[in-house]
Amino acid sequence: MKVAVLKGGSSLERQVSLRSGGRVEEALERLGHEPLEIDVGPDLIARLRTGAPDVAFLALHGRNGEDGTVQELLEILGIPYTGSGVLGCIRCMDKVLAKHLLVEAGVPTPEFFAFSELAFRELGAAEALPQIEERLAFPIVVKPAAQGSALGIKFARTADDVPAALVNAFSYDDKVLLERHIDGRELGVSMIEQDGAPVALPIVEALPRDEDFFDFEARYEIGRTEYRCPPELREEETAAVTEAARATWTVLGCQGFARADIMLPDRGEPQVLEVNTTPGLTETSLLPMACDAAGIGFDQFVERALELALDRISASTA
Amino acid sequence: MKSSAMRDLMAVTARPEVISLAGGLPDTSSFPPETFAAVVQRIARESCAKALQYGPTEGLAETKDCIAEVMRADGGMRVDPDHMIVTTGGQQVIDLVTKTLIDPGDVIVAEAPTYPGAVPTFSSYQADVVQIEIDADGMRIDLLEERLADLEREGRRPKFIYTVPTFQNPAGVTMSLERRQRLVELAAEREILVLEDNPYGLLRYEGQPLPPLYALDGGVYVMYLGTFSKILSPGIRLGWVVAPAPVLEKINLGKQAADLCTSTLSQLMVQAYFEEARWHDYVESLTEIYRARRDTMLDALAEFFPPEAEWTRPAGGLFIWATLPDYIDTTDLLARALRDNVAFVPGEAAYLDGRGRNAMRLNFSASDEESIREGIRRIGKVVGEQVALYGTLTGRPAPRPAAAPEPRVAEPGEAQVVPLRRRKAQ
Repeated sequence: MKVAVLKGGSSLERQVSLRSGGRVEEALERLGHEPLEIDVGPDLIARLRTGAPDVAFLALHGRNGEDGTVQELLEILGIPYTGSGVLGCIRCMDKVLAKHLLVEAGVPTPEFFAFSELAFRELGAAEALPQIEERLAFPIVVKPAAQGSALGIKFARTADDVPAALVNAFSYDDKVLLERHIDGRELGVSMIEQDGAPVALPIVEALPRDEDFFDFEARYEIGRTEYRCPPELREEETAAVTEAARATWTVLGCQGFARADIMLPDRGEPQVLEVNTTPGLTETSLLPMACDAAGIGFDQFVERALELALDRISASTA
Repeated sequence: MKSSAMRDLMAVTARPEVISLAGGLPDTSSFPPETFAAVVQRIARESCAKALQYGPTEGLAETKDCIAEVMRADGGMRVDPDHMIVTTGGQQVIDLVTKTLIDPGDVIVAEAPTYPGAVPTFSSYQADVVQIEIDADGMRIDLLEERLADLEREGRRPKFIYTVPTFQNPAGVTMSLERRQRLVELAAEREILVLEDNPYGLLRYEGQPLPPLYALDGGVYVMYLGTFSKILSPGIRLGWVVAPAPVLEKINLGKQAADLCTSTLSQLMVQAYFEEARWHDYVESLTEIYRARRDTMLDALAEFFPPEAEWTRPAGGLFIWATLPDYIDTTDLLARALRDNVAFVPGEAAYLDGRGRNAMRLNFSASDEESIREGIRRIGKVVGEQVALYGTLTGRPAPRPAAAPEPRVAEPGEAQVVPLRRRKAQ
C-alpha cells in the first residue's frame, strides 16, 4: 500500500513532527508498505495528486496539521487519513471550544475564562481581570487557545505576572484562556478506536523533575521527565481517569487515536486539560509508551491506524 | 541554556519563505567564481596529491604563513607559526580549549550576553559559566574584578576568560582600549588565561582599529582564536588558535583525537587564494556591503521599533542586539514573528542562566537591504502591538503613534480603560 506520511510543515512543532513522521516511515517500511514522505508546504496538493497515495498518515502537530485544515484538504482529494476528522480536530485544537463542550456535557475541566485580543483592545476586558483573578486564585495558568504543545503556557503567580503572561500567550494565538491551576498528578490517556468506541491504553504519568511545570522542554527531551506507566493509582482512580478520557473522546468526536491530558488532584475528580488528535509519536512520546505497556508494538499501532482510516472511508461509502 | 522550545522554533526559521535575521552567515554570493576556479585549478596543477592526503595535526606551514599575514593586517599582531594550530573552523578552537582546560564544575568567565555557539560547548563540558555584564564599551571590567574577587574568596579560580572584544557576537559592541589594557593586566596579575575570539576584527565600518588583546599581551596569557569564515568562506571550515606552548600541546592531542588534521584541501585553497587574488580587496568589498546593510538595519530600527526598545550601534561585525521591555519574552515573540515569516535569535540563547529573555540578536550580513528593512518592519510591528497590548492591560499610556508603522487609529473604548495596576519598579 502506498502511504503518504505528512510531517513537518511550518508549525512551531515542526521538529517534533519530523521525528514522529520519521518513525512512522520506518514502521511502514517494516510493514511492507511504500511510504511517500511529504514535508508539508505549498506543493502539498500537487504532491498528493502526483503521488496518489492509498491513504495518508498524519504525523503533523499544531497549526494546519492538527486543526482540521489538512484534514479538509484530504477530504476534498478523497484520500483517507489517520486520526480524527475535520470537526473532531477543530473541537480539540480550540481549547476554548473543547472546554465549553466538556462543561456542557458534564465532563470536569478546570474552570476558565477566555479572551480574544480584541476583547482587551476594544472592549476594555482588562477591567474584568481582578474579578477573574479572585475567582480562579493564584497561581493562574495562562495559555493560548490553539497551541498543541506547552509552548506559550505561562504561570502567573501574582497579579503583576498576568499582563506579561497574556501578552506572551497572544504570541501564539488571537485567543487565550486563563485557567484555574490544578495541583495534582499529570496523566496522559492514549486511546485507540475499536468498533467505533475508544479503548483506553495504560495511563502514563509524567513526573516533572526540578521544574515547577511539565513544560515543552521536558516533553520532548529524553531523560528530562520521568514517566511511569502504569502509574500507582487506586483502582477507582484509574477507572475515573479512564472514564473521563473516554467521555472526552465522545464529546469532542475523536476518531482513530488520540491522547487526553488529565490532571488528577489530591481530592476530587479528574480534570481534563486538553486532547491531542495527533499526539507525538517520537521515542519519548506518551502514546508509543502506552502502546508498549499494552503489548502493542509501534508497527502494530501504525497498521491499526491505517486500517481505521480505510474502514472509515468504506463505511461512509457503503 | 538554549531551550529545546527555541531549537524547535529555530527549525522553522530555515524555511525559504522566512526572512531570517537569525543566522550569522556571511554573504558568499559576491565571491568571484573565476577566482574560485583559478584556486582549484592551481591546486590541481601544483599540489593535487598533497591536497588529497592527510596533513600534520598542527596544520600546513604554507597555510600558517597566510594566517600570519592576516594577523599582521589586524592590529599588527606578530605570531610564531610554531605557536599556532590550524583548526576546523573557529568553533573547534572553543571546543578544544574547553576540552583541554575544563573539568566539570570549573569556572569559565564570559560576557553577558555571550556567543550563542559557545553556550552548548561550555555546557557539554559542564563548565560553571560566570557571565559578566557588558555595556557600549564591552565587558565591564570593574564587574569582572568584583566577580574574580568573589570567586577567590570562594577558593575558585576561573580556568579562562572567554571574550569577543571586537564587534561582539551577539551584542555588536567593542571593548574600549582602556578596558582591553586593564583586562590584559588583570590576566597577568591573576595568571588567568584569556581566549580572545576575533572573527570580525577586519570587518570594521567606521572608526579606528583597536589593538587585539593578543597584541597587547604578546601571547603570554591571551590565547587567540581566528577564522577565515568571515573574511573568505565559512564553507572551507578553517580557523586557528594561537596559545602558550603547554596549552597548545594539549590542544594538539585533543585535535588528533577529534579529527587528526584540518582538511588539507581547505588549507591549500587558502594558500592558493592568497597567491591568486588580493584577499584584502575582497574583505574591503564585504565591508562595503555590510556597512550599507548595517545602516539599513539601524535606519529601519529607528523607523519601525517602538520607543520602548533599545539597540546597539555596532562599528563592525555582523550583529545588532536589541533590548525590549522586560515583559516581552523574545522566545514567544519569535513564535509570533514566524507567523509573519521573519526570524531572529531570542536573547536567552546568549545566556546560560535564563537571562536575556527580553533581548534579541539581529543579523545584517546575510540578507539584502530590502529584506532587512522588511524584516525589521515586521518585527517592529509585532513588538509595537505587544507594547500597546501591555499598555492596555496595565493602564500604561499607549505608545506614540510615530512608533507604529501604520497610522494608529484611536480605538473605541480605549479612553475608558481603567488603570489596573502597574508592574513593581525593578
